[in-house]
Amino acid sequence: MNVNQHTPMASPYGQPQPGYTQPGYAPLDGGYPAPYAPYNGPASPYQPGAPPQGISGPARGPPTTGPPPISAPQQYNQYSHSQGDMQNGPPPMTQAQPRPPVSQPYNPGAMNMSGPHPTYPQHYGPPPTMQQVSNQMSGMQITSGPPTPAGPGYAPPHSSQPPVSTAYSAAPPPSYTQAPPPVSSAPTQPPPSGPAASQQYYGSPPPPSQQPFNSSLPPTSQQQFTSSSVPPPPSQQTLPPSSYSGPAPPAGQPPAPPVSQPQQSFPPSQPPFSSAPPPTSQPAFAPGPPPTAPGSFPPRAPPPSSQPGSYPPPTSAPSCQYPGPLPPQQQPPPSQPFPYHSGPPPPRAQMPPTSMAQSNHLPPGPQGPPGPPGPLQQPPSQPGMQTGYPPQQNGAFGQVRGPQPGYAGPYPGQPNYGAPAPAPAPAPPAQKRLDPDAIPSPQASDMPAVQKSRHRIDPDAIPSPIQVIEDDKAKSTEPFTTGVRGQAPPLVTTNFQVKDQGNASPRFVRCTAYNMPCTADMAKQSQVPLAAVVKPLATLPPDETPPYLVDHGEGGPIRCNRCKAYMCPYMQFIEGGRRFQCGFCSCVTEVPPHYFQHLDHTGKRVDCYDRPELSLGSYEFLATVDYCKNNKLPQPPAFIFLIDVSYNAVKSGMVSIVCQELKTLMDYLPRENPEMDSIVRVGFVTYNKVLHFYNVKSSLAQPQMLVVSDVSDMFVPLLDGFLVNVNESRLVIESLLDQIPEMFADTRETETVFGPVIQAGLEALKAADCAGKLFVFHTSLPIAEAPGKLKNREDKKLIGTDKEKSLFQPQVGFYNTLAKECVAQGCCVDLFLFPNQYVDVATLGVVPVSTGGSVYKYTYFQAQSDQERFLNDLRRDVQKPVGFDAVMRVRTSTGIRATDFFGSFFMSNTTDVELAGLDCDKAITVEFKHDDKLSEETGALMQCAVLYTSCSGQRRLRIHNMAVNCCSQLADLYRNCETDTIINFFSKYAFRGVLNNPTKAVRDTLVNQCAQILACYRKNCASPSSAGQLILPECMKLLPVYLNCVLKSDVLLPGADVSLDDRAYLRQLISCMDVTETHVFFYPRLLPLMKLESGSLPVAVRDSEERLSKGGVYLLETGLHLFLWVGASVQQELLLNIFGTPSFGQIDSSMTSLPVLDNPFSQRLREIIDSFRAQRSRYMKLMVVKQEDRAELIFRHFLVEDKSVSGGASYVDFLCHMHKEIRQLLS
Amino acid sequence: MTTYQEFIQQNEGRDGVRFSWNLWPSSRLEATRLVVPVSCLFTPLKERPDLPPVQYEPVLCSRANCKAVLNPLCQVDFRAKIWACNFCFQRNPFPPSYAGISEVNQPAELMPQFSTIEYIVQRGPTAPLIFLYVVDTCLEEEDLQALKESLQMSLSLLPPNALVGLITFGRMVQVHELSCEGIAKSYVFRGTKDLSSKQIQEMLGLTKPAASGQQGRPLAPQDAAASCRFLQPVQKVDMNLTDLLGELQSDPWPVPQGKRPLRSTGVALSVAVGLLEGTFPNTGARVMLFIGGPPTQGPGMVVGDELKTPIRSWHDIQKDNARHLKKATKYYEAMANRSAVNGHSIDIYACALDQTGLLEMKCLSNLTGGHIVMGDSFNTSLFKQTFQRVFSKDNNGDFRMAFGGVLEVKTTRELKVCGAIGPCVSLNSKGSCVSENEMGIGGTSQWKVCSINPSTTLGFYFEVVNQHNAPVPQGGRGAIQFVTQYQHSNTQRRIRVTTIARNWADAQSQIQHIESSFDQEAAAVLMARLGVFRAESEEGPDVLRWLDRQLIRLCQKFGQFNKDDPTSFRLSESLSLYPQFMFHLRRSPFLQVFNNSPDESSYYRHHFVRQDLTQSLIMIQPILYSYSFYGPPEPVLLDSSSILPDRILLMDTFFQLVIYHGETIAQWRKAGYQDMAEHEVFKLLLQAPLDDAQEILQTRFPMPRYIDTEHGGSQARFLLSKVNPSQTHNNLYAWGQETGAPILTDDVSLQVFMDHLKKLAVSSSA
Repeated sequence: MNVNQHTPMASPYGQPQPGYTQPGYAPLDGGYPAPYAPYNGPASPYQPGAPPQGISGPARGPPTTGPPPISAPQQYNQYSHSQGDMQNGPPPMTQAQPRPPVSQPYNPGAMNMSGPHPTYPQHYGPPPTMQQVSNQMSGMQITSGPPTPAGPGYAPPHSSQPPVSTAYSAAPPPSYTQAPPPVSSAPTQPPPSGPAASQQYYGSPPPPSQQPFNSSLPPTSQQQFTSSSVPPPPSQQTLPPSSYSGPAPPAGQPPAPPVSQPQQSFPPSQPPFSSAPPPTSQPAFAPGPPPTAPGSFPPRAPPPSSQPGSYPPPTSAPSCQYPGPLPPQQQPPPSQPFPYHSGPPPPRAQMPPTSMAQSNHLPPGPQGPPGPPGPLQQPPSQPGMQTGYPPQQNGAFGQVRGPQPGYAGPYPGQPNYGAPAPAPAPAPPAQKRLDPDAIPSPQASDMPAVQKSRHRIDPDAIPSPIQVIEDDKAKSTEPFTTGVRGQAPPLVTTNFQVKDQGNASPRFVRCTAYNMPCTADMAKQSQVPLAAVVKPLATLPPDETPPYLVDHGEGGPIRCNRCKAYMCPYMQFIEGGRRFQCGFCSCVTEVPPHYFQHLDHTGKRVDCYDRPELSLGSYEFLATVDYCKNNKLPQPPAFIFLIDVSYNAVKSGMVSIVCQELKTLMDYLPRENPEMDSIVRVGFVTYNKVLHFYNVKSSLAQPQMLVVSDVSDMFVPLLDGFLVNVNESRLVIESLLDQIPEMFADTRETETVFGPVIQAGLEALKAADCAGKLFVFHTSLPIAEAPGKLKNREDKKLIGTDKEKSLFQPQVGFYNTLAKECVAQGCCVDLFLFPNQYVDVATLGVVPVSTGGSVYKYTYFQAQSDQERFLNDLRRDVQKPVGFDAVMRVRTSTGIRATDFFGSFFMSNTTDVELAGLDCDKAITVEFKHDDKLSEETGALMQCAVLYTSCSGQRRLRIHNMAVNCCSQLADLYRNCETDTIINFFSKYAFRGVLNNPTKAVRDTLVNQCAQILACYRKNCASPSSAGQLILPECMKLLPVYLNCVLKSDVLLPGADVSLDDRAYLRQLISCMDVTETHVFFYPRLLPLMKLESGSLPVAVRDSEERLSKGGVYLLETGLHLFLWVGASVQQELLLNIFGTPSFGQIDSSMTSLPVLDNPFSQRLREIIDSFRAQRSRYMKLMVVKQEDRAELIFRHFLVEDKSVSGGASYVDFLCHMHKEIRQLLS
Repeated sequence: MTTYQEFIQQNEGRDGVRFSWNLWPSSRLEATRLVVPVSCLFTPLKERPDLPPVQYEPVLCSRANCKAVLNPLCQVDFRAKIWACNFCFQRNPFPPSYAGISEVNQPAELMPQFSTIEYIVQRGPTAPLIFLYVVDTCLEEEDLQALKESLQMSLSLLPPNALVGLITFGRMVQVHELSCEGIAKSYVFRGTKDLSSKQIQEMLGLTKPAASGQQGRPLAPQDAAASCRFLQPVQKVDMNLTDLLGELQSDPWPVPQGKRPLRSTGVALSVAVGLLEGTFPNTGARVMLFIGGPPTQGPGMVVGDELKTPIRSWHDIQKDNARHLKKATKYYEAMANRSAVNGHSIDIYACALDQTGLLEMKCLSNLTGGHIVMGDSFNTSLFKQTFQRVFSKDNNGDFRMAFGGVLEVKTTRELKVCGAIGPCVSLNSKGSCVSENEMGIGGTSQWKVCSINPSTTLGFYFEVVNQHNAPVPQGGRGAIQFVTQYQHSNTQRRIRVTTIARNWADAQSQIQHIESSFDQEAAAVLMARLGVFRAESEEGPDVLRWLDRQLIRLCQKFGQFNKDDPTSFRLSESLSLYPQFMFHLRRSPFLQVFNNSPDESSYYRHHFVRQDLTQSLIMIQPILYSYSFYGPPEPVLLDSSSILPDRILLMDTFFQLVIYHGETIAQWRKAGYQDMAEHEVFKLLLQAPLDDAQEILQTRFPMPRYIDTEHGGSQARFLLSKVNPSQTHNNLYAWGQETGAPILTDDVSLQVFMDHLKKLAVSSSA
């Protein structure tokens, strides 16, 4: 099987890919056929992996039957599904290759890898390493992520104690510092002194290899990979660990050894999977794999725990030792994956305890208390040393090549695998168990991990977002200071404080890479996108100071003569302060006399710290009249409310709700000084087929309505009295808002216009010569005779064809032109849609999207159930800080330049981003490309300047400066990436791509690029490992899972129930999201609510149905939706606490807010919900989903690690697919 | 036997008709030689308090192309109950209702004193009167306020059931909905866009009834409902409208320095016309346009909004330098015609110091019978009282206005009608009595006069078509019948029929009779109308030349003289004043544009072609009264010699009323003698012209500009420009007299004019 599979795999994969993206998924159910087939190939392998569960190999056959894996299966399913169902899957798989069993084993190990694993097995057995490699790869990835580091390290300790310890040590070291050297030595010795070793690690270079490992690991877990090759054993170990863990545990470590042996037979294959699968499979196989196998999986996840550790320890430890490993290499490679794991841990190094490390360590801990502890302890110390890490990494890198040996160390882990397999097996088991749990909740995982082991394929063995997030949280306890160049900030999911010390806060600017390649070649080679997500007006938490306002007097801000960059900390003062040299273009500019200041002995200006523009990353300049349109200071901005009063709008209650709410909102118009009244003026328009303007001049007793029926040639009928100051005209306005619903209560007009509505607002602003914002409340497709009239072009048949892209494009060119005019005037449009049917969001949204506005959509709006959401959105939208008539320009130092921009804005040339309106929630993603070389010394600088009119009518420049490092080694690049930001970039890139390309092509592109990134890493940074291992950079180990989420999104892979409007809506929505929002959008937050503590949130669980317990209640949020999932057998007490009802059946699933109950649980839950809502820019309506209820389908859509109904692959499946892609690239 | 003078006055009093000739030359050739055509001034609705309308319908000649109305000139066979049409000689039986007719029991229309008779037609629904105010809001605050008050006041003058509507405009045009409660609602149109009537109705939501009508629903109620939104009975929306007017703001759009406010008069009118067209076609309606400046944008714009480009002057026009003139004129003409077709009249009340584009817009009123009132400001009594006088009532309490008039002329076969000059449009009804020779608005025997008031007077021009070789039998009479159908202000439909007859005379044998039947006043006015009509389309000098030639030819025809001896030239009494009229006509603003803006010329001409004979004569040759201690007030010569230091002069030019205090009087007044008891008489003297002026002011429409000035006062120019400059700086000493005041002008005096005239008349080479 394996073998066969492999071969098939290869091809299949290739094929699959396509399949993957589209067919593959789509098919999931049955569609797969073709793609699947290919997949299946792999899949089967995978499944096999899965089988691990089964011991699968056989299991498959059985396993399938062995539904037991169920959970696991599901994951598998995808793949297997590809063939048929999970169950089927297996069979097919099996079918595919005779060796199903084997494959199964693989599966287990690989889980993700499974695919590969199986292959491995097969290959292994007979075939070349290749397969193995692949398997390993797959497996590696999976397990590796977390486990490896620790794994190996631990492993050693545990099983092979010594090695383990070494590993451990290694791991720690990284974290610590380069301590590695010792490590190296340690490695050698490692075994000997577990803990000590670890320490040594840090210190000891020799271990370098190992250390590197560690170090490397830490930095890039992958590094291990490289080394892995050497360490084969470790890898195996690692694998084993993970997989093993699973299997091992069960099978018992006892089997472990056998496992390894088995591996030998299959071993190889398994090993590859090794990381996870191999072990499992192997172990599983070997021993009583079945049970164990499954178990193993879990373990895998846990691998972290000890994953490898445990495993490795046993075998790996020894094997890890390079020497040993080497021989095993083949096997090792597979194991190498572990290194990955291990790798990650290292980084975590600090974290080790927590995240990966934790997992790994933990496991070890448990297992080899001594060993683990050591590492753990060490890690702790490291935490502080982020920088330290990097160095290590660097060092590692440096060593890497050389070190690889060291890596090997890590790899050793793999070797361990091989070796470990056997040994580890024993130890691992426990760890494995740990792992599973550990992953979900790292902390708990430690010990608890042991709790149970899942027999199914173990998702825990693959990099866990939750783990990463929690690790990062634990690591980021101190304020993040921006003073050090090239330092990656904590993740967006982490709460941290920022201290501006010369670079912009990550709340304003987040980069994909904080260490950019020096040359275009490198950049091209790595394929890592170089981009920054800028949120210029982001709101800061109360404990951070908003940007200072700097006034340089009548001459305006001081700027470089040549490139016009604004004064910033990167300007170098020379000649005693009389001139300064631009950091961007190196041009020397005279310092104006009024700005002159002496320099101190270090060459810094004496007043450096008195001036924000010389010491901070973000600040504002007061702009002079030269920066204003027509050289006139701007008029105060205006808000114009345009309300659809056609039949539908009135009937749905929208009109009266809006009018009622506006009365209150008038007092909350944006202002800078809360003490003052807002100077924003307001105007009102209602419309159906014609427009009604209102004169609400304060001198009138009653408002006056002015009807404009000439919609073909829009104009504003009045000026004075249309835009008014709220306080002056309050009575008239209130009277108007009272009367509007009455006036149109009996309307029978169903047709509406849309283009003229925006034109009206635009003309009004033009007439008043000010910038402003339009709030359009609209219900239906504008079919009335007027400019911008639309046809109903909803045609789902186009989906999946080459014409699909037309669905995202506006139907008519009218709105593009209109948008351009709006931007020229500074007219931002926010659109609130209340459609009952197709309204063509793709077209209606053109203007909002191009003007920096937002689109809100309330399909089938009903006053009762949607009012709250709408009103909260409206309130926030009206109140939020906003700038008008903005122009953003990004300047960069010589060598790179901003080439592409994504977001809600308009560009009339290639450099200026024009935003009619810019609010605090809008982010712009900027892509950079090289046009020359960068130098490591100066790094890469960027300055983002936004010229805008504040809501108080002041013209200002907001400046954000950002400096990142530059590297000539790819490894440095991979060590300083921000996956969340990359995903943000990818999603925007892809979502724009669908405008012009078939969706399938877009998805393929994404997968390819991602594979290239990872392959490049694999090739250049994780060198020596076996090709079959999947090695992920520590910083990017979540890339596959997140990418999969992007690929599965409704835009790229629509389900049958997703309307065209929804897709267009989401597409537009994403385009201006910042990293925080895209993160939670693509990977929703899923909180178990069984236990709530005040002050802290429960630790999230991964987005998979497997993680849901029937007896639990879960809260899921995506930034747009909020679900409360109630398990069918939930405790009565819980129900009483939450719903006040004792029975599951009595829960009203139509409720949109929880009953206010007087118990701590209810209070806390509502607090949590409120706090979630407060965090997001849009109000999330709460949906209560009862298990087995129909609504659960919707809910499941957001369990993004699972296979989706629309054909999206499960995480595991996708990882396998990705692995395969990478292997192809590498070969 | 009465004199012709009496005969003429009697005829005028009874029928409102003044003929240039009261004996008609019996052949075409002779008629042509008379120079002044057979023509008349006809006042269709001349007030006849003594003429009660009859409550039945007229009896018409049954011949399809005749349809003349039974009149006293018809031969009636009482026994056979048959009457013979005196126009076509068709014999018609009387209708059954006339069964009881006999020599002693004649219906009114057969009695000679009822040569003019009015019938009330009971047919058809009566439609309420409609008043649509179209108000310019680009006014100074003060002006706007005054206008608003005038408008509010006018509401109380309207008949309660009259429909009113309000359109305001500035940069935009707003049609106010009057039926709504709560929020005041209006429809807005862009001031720069020319919209078709259909578009306007669509945008006002007036087309729905039609749509539903197609579905077979009755039209009427919805139609009414739809239009009701904009046109409402006064009694219903009185309060609403008063408030609305009260809240009217002046145009809110800022006017940058150096610019005129943007005024969309063209579109506003177009909307008004479109609205009425869509809702009340063929119903009496009055669009009252109030403007405070020229249209500056959109269709019908007269001048751009740049203040640096002044509005066109005669100079510009002559140099073909008026960019917008032709386009705007064409635009307003088209609109006037549309409006006229629907029977709606358009008034223009223009109050501004500068021109307001009356030249371009005049046809709106000229063709539809609307008024034009020109003043300096809405805040003047001139406007306020004139406007008030629009709604004046007669003794019966009815408005002195009638709508939708159709005036038809029927002639006996020797005569054909050449055309009409007055506030009317042709209905293009070609009948047998229509001449091919057009004079004025010709080519038809029917004209539409959308709005008629009792003084509205049209000039009709006829052609004698009888051939010289087919003489009319001795004692034969020619007859003309004017049939005027109109909507009375009390909404009744009425028909007034005037039938007149004149004797034919052989111009060869009876030339003296014909000469003595000459009505030189009527002839002067009729010729003046022809001149003014020509002046609209021809160069000023050409018209003057034409007038001169006519005058010379007339003098040659009727003067008594020896060839080439100017001193021997004499004119008979019936023609003696005619040259003098012509002299003043030549100097009048109707033909002279010097010193007048195009708007003023248009304004003067507008009134000239619609006023009755008396008023027209005043316009041609203003009346001058003298007040002095030497006797009762007396009319004096319109001559510079009448200007004496110890006199007070009162001049009435129709458009202006000038009281001029002579040098001495002025000094006395300044010294305050009038306040001294011992100089009571002086006070009375000062008061006398004021009282007389008041009398004139009270009856005149439009209110004349009232000027109180004195010797040396700047406003004295109004007087000085009118009087015959018998004494000028050129001849002051030649005359060697102290009397009178010299006029600083190069204009020829009447004396010189007459001298030339005589010379030319007697010249054998002429």
